[in-house]
Amino acid sequence: MNTGKMNQINRLEGGQIDRRTRLKFTFDNRQYYGHPGDTLASALLANGVRLMGRSFKYHRPRGVLTAGSEEPNAIVELRCGARQEPNTRATTAELYDGLYAKSQNRWPSLAFDAMAINDRLSNFLTAGFYYKTFMWPAAFWEKVYEPIIRKAAGLGSLSMEEDPDDYDKGFKHCDLLIIGAGPTGLSAALTAGRSGAEVILADEDFAFGGRLNAETYLLDEAPALDWVTQTIAELSSLPNVRLMPRTTVMGAFDHGIYGAVERVSDHMFSPDPGKPRQILWRIYAKHTLLCAGATERPIAFDNNDRPGIMMAGAIRSYANRYAATPAQRIAVFTNSDDGHRTAADLHAKGIKIAAVVDTRSDAPISTDYEVLRGAQVIDSKGRLGLTYVDVRQADGSMRTLECGALGVSGGWNPNVHLTCHQRGRPVWNAELAAFVPGGALPPGMSVAGAARGIFSTHGALTSGAQSAIDLLALKSAPPSLPQAEDTPVTQKAFWYVQGCSRAWLDQQNDVTVKDVKLAHQEGFRSVEHLKRYTTLGMATDQGKTSNMGGLAIMAELAGKSIPEVGTTIFRPPYTPVSIGAMAGRIRGKDFHPTRLTPSHFWAKERGAVFVEVGNWLRAQWFPLPGETHWRQSVDREVLATRTSVGVCDCTTLGKIDVQGTDSADFLNKIYCNGFAKLAVGKTRYGLMLREDGIAMDDGTAGRLAEDHFVVTTTTANAGKVYQHMEFVRQCLCPDMDVQLISTTEAWAQYAVAGPNSRQLLQKIVDAEFDISNEAFPFMACANITVCGGLRARLFRISFSGELAFEIAVPSRYGDALMRRLMSEGEEFNVTPYGTEALGVMRIEKGHAAGNELNGTTTALNLGMGRMVSKAKDSIGSVLSEREGLNMADALTQVGLRPLDTSDKVTAGGHLMAVAGPVDAAHDQGYVTSAAYSPTLGSMIGLGFLKDGSNRMGETLRLVSPLTKLTVNVEVVSAHFVDPEGIRVRA
Amino acid sequence: MHSLLPITALGGTAPRIDTVANLTLSENPSLALASVTARADHRSACRAQLKTLLGSDAPAPGKACLRDPELAFWTGPDQWMIVAPFESHEDLAARVKARFGETASITEQTDAWACFDLRGDGIDAVMELLCAINIRTMQTGDATRTSIHHLGCFVIRMAPANGLRILGPRASAGSLHHAMLTAMTSAPL
Repeated sequence: MNTGKMNQINRLEGGQIDRRTRLKFTFDNRQYYGHPGDTLASALLANGVRLMGRSFKYHRPRGVLTAGSEEPNAIVELRCGARQEPNTRATTAELYDGLYAKSQNRWPSLAFDAMAINDRLSNFLTAGFYYKTFMWPAAFWEKVYEPIIRKAAGLGSLSMEEDPDDYDKGFKHCDLLIIGAGPTGLSAALTAGRSGAEVILADEDFAFGGRLNAETYLLDEAPALDWVTQTIAELSSLPNVRLMPRTTVMGAFDHGIYGAVERVSDHMFSPDPGKPRQILWRIYAKHTLLCAGATERPIAFDNNDRPGIMMAGAIRSYANRYAATPAQRIAVFTNSDDGHRTAADLHAKGIKIAAVVDTRSDAPISTDYEVLRGAQVIDSKGRLGLTYVDVRQADGSMRTLECGALGVSGGWNPNVHLTCHQRGRPVWNAELAAFVPGGALPPGMSVAGAARGIFSTHGALTSGAQSAIDLLALKSAPPSLPQAEDTPVTQKAFWYVQGCSRAWLDQQNDVTVKDVKLAHQEGFRSVEHLKRYTTLGMATDQGKTSNMGGLAIMAELAGKSIPEVGTTIFRPPYTPVSIGAMAGRIRGKDFHPTRLTPSHFWAKERGAVFVEVGNWLRAQWFPLPGETHWRQSVDREVLATRTSVGVCDCTTLGKIDVQGTDSADFLNKIYCNGFAKLAVGKTRYGLMLREDGIAMDDGTAGRLAEDHFVVTTTTANAGKVYQHMEFVRQCLCPDMDVQLISTTEAWAQYAVAGPNSRQLLQKIVDAEFDISNEAFPFMACANITVCGGLRARLFRISFSGELAFEIAVPSRYGDALMRRLMSEGEEFNVTPYGTEALGVMRIEKGHAAGNELNGTTTALNLGMGRMVSKAKDSIGSVLSEREGLNMADALTQVGLRPLDTSDKVTAGGHLMAVAGPVDAAHDQGYVTSAAYSPTLGSMIGLGFLKDGSNRMGETLRLVSPLTKLTVNVEVVSAHFVDPEGIRVRA
Repeated sequence: MHSLLPITALGGTAPRIDTVANLTLSENPSLALASVTARADHRSACRAQLKTLLGSDAPAPGKACLRDPELAFWTGPDQWMIVAPFESHEDLAARVKARFGETASITEQTDAWACFDLRGDGIDAVMELLCAINIRTMQTGDATRTSIHHLGCFVIRMAPANGLRILGPRASAGSLHHAMLTAMTSAPL
């Protein structure tokens, strides 16, 4: 077993790692050691590992290219078991003890990958290969081609297990959101923080400081880290400043809202108990300052993708911040002074510089190492890692440099991504040969520092401070900022080496210069077409290191300038976001809140089986010992209710309190039948229509006072009806004196049904309230008291068709009332019943419910055509008179019984003539509800039949091709039980 | 006195209390609530009644009047919620109706809501995980409506010692409590 430091062969002195602590980690089943402050990428480099993955299409060996979130190559499967996460960038994965990672897209191993044969077949696997090759036969695409291509393509695998971690979603508000905590962001935060403004400073890195961590610059003649440390200390002491490291602001959305992912526990083996892995924040910012820095751009040359070929600035980061180097002998290929910084820093750390290859003929020379002016790297060698680069020198001669790594620098591109999230288009800056923020930025956003094209440290510091002052309209002077380098920066375009072919632009999606040329040749010349044809920039890195190269080649081929070619648009998220973070806590049993009825705890004790009805959990039936099938319980509950008394919790029905002097007129408006003359103390069934004349909902309204009604709705439509009533009140009838408020949950309401219901209630209702048939007839309602003085409401209404009441008490007493009803009802063998028995009884009685109020039916269909009052104007009444809704053979509700009582009746089946074709042209109606009726001893159904009310006694064929059912049924009255309504009035 | 024993919104006979670090979440069943909505043509009279009852102007949008025994907060245009101790004011709706007469529609709301009081250190961190309100700028006497775990809730900033009061739909008290307790555990307290 390796023992750590001695095997960290490429570990340098210095850096921001904590050598006192050693962290053990595993990559491709080999154990290594690193230190706090390392990323997986830096620790692997320190351990001499350059090969970290295989490319997407050609399975070419790949190593790390960058030191940040723009990484296209070093993509691994992080963690194992249920926590395995594919496509994770090794450059941002913070090292922790026990970290486990595997390379992906290789078989059987990273060093020997059988799929590398693709690289040999590269002439065939060009851009558009799939489009051209897998066209025939079409049926093969889904079943054969796509699975094979997906298997071969370079994405990691899912664990197929449930994510064991929790994720939160949260909300923050601030005056100023600063995105990026480099020198620009830090100076802006200092300025804004001292002013007292609410500031959030977010950075995707775990350490604040940005490029200051990666450079050897001095600030006020001291290491830059001193100023960073001191600034963070001051910011931490300010209660109005919130520092959010490990937080990627991933999207700029409407109205100053930003999405940000905070990786709370990703730097740990597993989250602490109860703590989330990540939090998806929604940040409401009055102002935003984008200080996202810049991304270094590569130069394309043949075979520029070997492990060891990296961005020059990244090599500097690894050396200066992480004390790691990819090799002991390194060359640099650059077109600007920036590449020379890498060489100088590495040289100072004792790394041998093979040479600095500079495309400029006037490049600065060095006394410490060789500089090849006017030269270009044109090719590389090395099987699993770089060993040599071929250089074409200024005089045209060739030279080979031995090196284990090559730092490439083609200049820097401002990170404009978030400025584009609302379709803002960046503008071309010829001096920098780069796009800089421009056009319409997201409202409230400003950009400073390198993200704006200001590349010197001094410029970053001052532009950050000044932008904060401008955004917050501060009167104060900028804070005193440290002395910093202010080297003028000029960048020239040098995108690729002329004549190269297999030179990689997009290393994550394996797109080469040749592919872009082919796309152009085949007519895909719009930048949007280029992108989709070649997949350039469509990988998880969104082309952060590749888009510009592709655009430049397109421009050259088209004879246009880069701005004329234009850009594709950056979209959120800036970097990939875990699906778990999007879901937050809204998953599994917490997917939605539940609503419990007042009798829930009692019902649970009774062993009730619950059913979800919207968010409500309702008792579906109450099994007794010995009952092994739900039908046994339901049949018993129905028969017990019809023969004695049953109790059902109907709290879930919507209850809307309607008050005001115009409340009766208001009900006249929303119901199609009349309410104005309803007497106080009476309840009436009401049907609401939509504007188009179709039935919307039904229920009852009880008049408790001249100016006070209680409207009930179906459970399913409670919210929708309340919304509708508020719309009518506020928008259609704003002059009416009417006030609405929901009381659904305020009252526990129970149906007490059956011939003994009155006797049971008489034991509950206080004696001074007479509930005899004479004093409290069918459809009466009243405020009463129960159990010795508790305020309650009593309605004599019936859904079951039996003598029945609904009694309501304040919800907190609902549990006790149910228990009291059960104990007082023992002498009547009182039976609690659930929604199944409720459904059976309402079908037996022919009462419409959601199945019948299905959004297509009218009052006429429901057999209530005459209820639509013509004496008043109510919503939907006019359009309910449309000719098409009033045809002579319109569907009307009927009951259906099978001729053979052992036959099934199922909802959804259609009604046809006994003989003849079974097709839509001969369709005569359909079944909406069906149940086994223990009262009748057979299944029964409710349905809609053409001219149904005039076809009683007719025999029809009920067919359900889906369930292969064909049954002869008789058309009967929908009121199977007590059609005269004697029981309800008993 | 009637003979039915109440249960709390969470189903207990006593209010549930949970503590995480120095933060306490208490179920509070000891409140009576009644909504007051001004009738058309009686808006001024209704406000005058509120002023008499509360000893100050009717709360403006986003505001509460914190006062013993009655507390009130704004819930909508010309609409307020009156809150008083349940033990002494179980008949709050009837009392308020008697006082306001035809100037307002009064509806008993006591058991439409479950109330939770959040007291201690770290309230802001917890609320940031629960709802979109700007909790850091909420001052004593601020009241707002928001959505917590998809549930429409009222949040009232009480006097510093009394923390935050959250009213949510009673039938979903369990879900609301679970969401709040989860956030208390999750937040960096």
